[in-house]
Amino acid sequence: MSVAQPVARRRFALPPHLAQTAYRLFAAALICVVLAASSEAFLTTGNLLNVLRQTALLFLLASGLTLVILTAGLDLSVGSNVALSACLAASVIKASGYASLGFLTGIGCGALIGLVNGILVTALRIPSFIATYGMLWVLSGITYSYMGGETIHGFPPAFRQFGSGYLFGVPTPIYVMAVFLLLGSWFAQRTVWGQQVYAIGANPVAARLSGVPVKRRLVLVYTFSGAMAGLASLIILARINSAQGDIGDDLTLPAIAAVLIGGTSLFGGVGTVGGTLIGALILTLVLNGMNLLQINAAWQPLVTGVIVVLAVWIDTVTRRTTE
Amino acid sequence: MIAATRRATATVARVPGVAVVLIVLLTGFAAASPNFLSAGNIANVLVQSTILLLIALPMTLIIMTEGLDLSAGAVLTFASIVLAWVTLATGSAALGFLCGLAAGLAFGVLNGSLVAFLNIPPFIATLGTLGVAQGLSLVVTDGQSIVGIPRSIQQVYSSDLLGLPLPILIAALAYGLFHLLLYRTRFGTYIFALGGNREALKLAGVSDLKMLVAVYALGGLMAGFAALMLTARISAAHPTAAIGVEFDAIAAVAVGGTSFERGNGWLPGTLLGVLAVGVLRNGLNLIALPSSAQVACIGVLVIIALLIDALRGRT
Repeated sequence: MSVAQPVARRRFALPPHLAQTAYRLFAAALICVVLAASSEAFLTTGNLLNVLRQTALLFLLASGLTLVILTAGLDLSVGSNVALSACLAASVIKASGYASLGFLTGIGCGALIGLVNGILVTALRIPSFIATYGMLWVLSGITYSYMGGETIHGFPPAFRQFGSGYLFGVPTPIYVMAVFLLLGSWFAQRTVWGQQVYAIGANPVAARLSGVPVKRRLVLVYTFSGAMAGLASLIILARINSAQGDIGDDLTLPAIAAVLIGGTSLFGGVGTVGGTLIGALILTLVLNGMNLLQINAAWQPLVTGVIVVLAVWIDTVTRRTTE
Repeated sequence: MIAATRRATATVARVPGVAVVLIVLLTGFAAASPNFLSAGNIANVLVQSTILLLIALPMTLIIMTEGLDLSAGAVLTFASIVLAWVTLATGSAALGFLCGLAAGLAFGVLNGSLVAFLNIPPFIATLGTLGVAQGLSLVVTDGQSIVGIPRSIQQVYSSDLLGLPLPILIAALAYGLFHLLLYRTRFGTYIFALGGNREALKLAGVSDLKMLVAVYALGGLMAGFAALMLTARISAAHPTAAIGVEFDAIAAVAVGGTSFERGNGWLPGTLLGVLAVGVLRNGLNLIALPSSAQVACIGVLVIIALLIDALRGRT
């Protein structure tokens, strides 16, 4: 009897990762209930679509970052990457009139920055948070010098569709988000390269000894994170219809927060791209709720900062108990 | 004896890097701008580097413990806002100064506690408190400047003592104290051990976690001091006044040859690193490069320094 009971109990418990997802979905639902009860504006179609659009943007930025954090690295340059990619893409679109050239420029610029990050981290063995922190300031310097305080605005309607348009009544960015959710999850969970990313994060030495080309995978992951920042920059550009030097200033901390709330461990090897979507949703709901309750926007960095620290703290505590 | 020899070799191995950078910058700017080597401009560089030095000194100690403080600029800004606000509310500059110090110290203790007791990696803990400090600054000021700083505070930056500008004397005093603290006290030895061999420190019965909190607390306290200089310098408190100062400070420490990974630091190197960053900023100002482009140049300087660090680590 005493032996049978734990077995029976185990049968009814969710596997740990599903339980984690369930907690997070429950948290998101709880926030929704609270917001619906405290603000009439929350449950309007306009606001809900706005939340989803915002979530899509944050997710795109955070999905690439998820892979970087899975390798136990960090990319602090995503926000300034968005700024430079957006400004370069904006001038190309303005000069040429072609949205496609803008896309090439934005994603190409983002990927190139990611590639440089990857090289700094692997070839020069600079800790990732230092390398990408330096990159943050270099990029922001280049962006502000390039723009010189100017604003580029007014893009062709076809391009703006990507950020502010609708397809079958659903905002376009949500389709982009769905594509990258499937693509990211498939890559991480179903491909050898994706599994190697987890292996590197869990134990880089063991990964190297079992034949994983650690440096090449790391460069790939940083490049991908950069490219996603480039893509996100285009969607932001298409949505707000103007580019300024400070366009990416307040994006890095929320992106990191989304990844960490989503259950990806800062110490590597644990987490999913799908989790990051839930993380992005939770953070967006919180910030949206603060807006609806007319709380001063100045509180947003403070709240995001507290959330980041809490998420990491929960992660360290969980790790200690499981170990 | 062995320690002394090792320190001497370490010194010899490092002096060239920072010193060469500084000399290259000095000659380059002297050639590019005739005003650069004037006595007035040199004093200017030194005065302008004071705030940076006050932040870079404790940053060196923090980095030596294999840590980092990304919140320094935001905490400095917040402390300066507290200082200005309390001074204007009570009419007492001394009380304002003390409250600014307390605000800095509180953030330092918070950073240290997150790192030491909650085991949160320093770069993410201080990134979180950066958000908190920046948010508090915005909330308190509503994005506006606080003006009307009394002359008694402004004089800290603008007055002379013994024929030298007061900021230079303050910087010299701060450097002297930190040098003594790191190389002549037990606390300094513990800091070396925190980065180099934490296990040994624990086995020796030293409370390593309390030491770690103390190092971050010192960083917060110095941000509180620097807040006085900043407020005096710009005669106001502004919620974005010192954003990014931590980058200049980390750059100065890195250029000065303190390693991010092995916990070996070098305080004279930080002094030279601060001068290198100060000279770079001043020289780029003289050749009229905008502030944003200067930041990119400092970034490149850091990457070069880290590259040298990485190459050295490999041999």
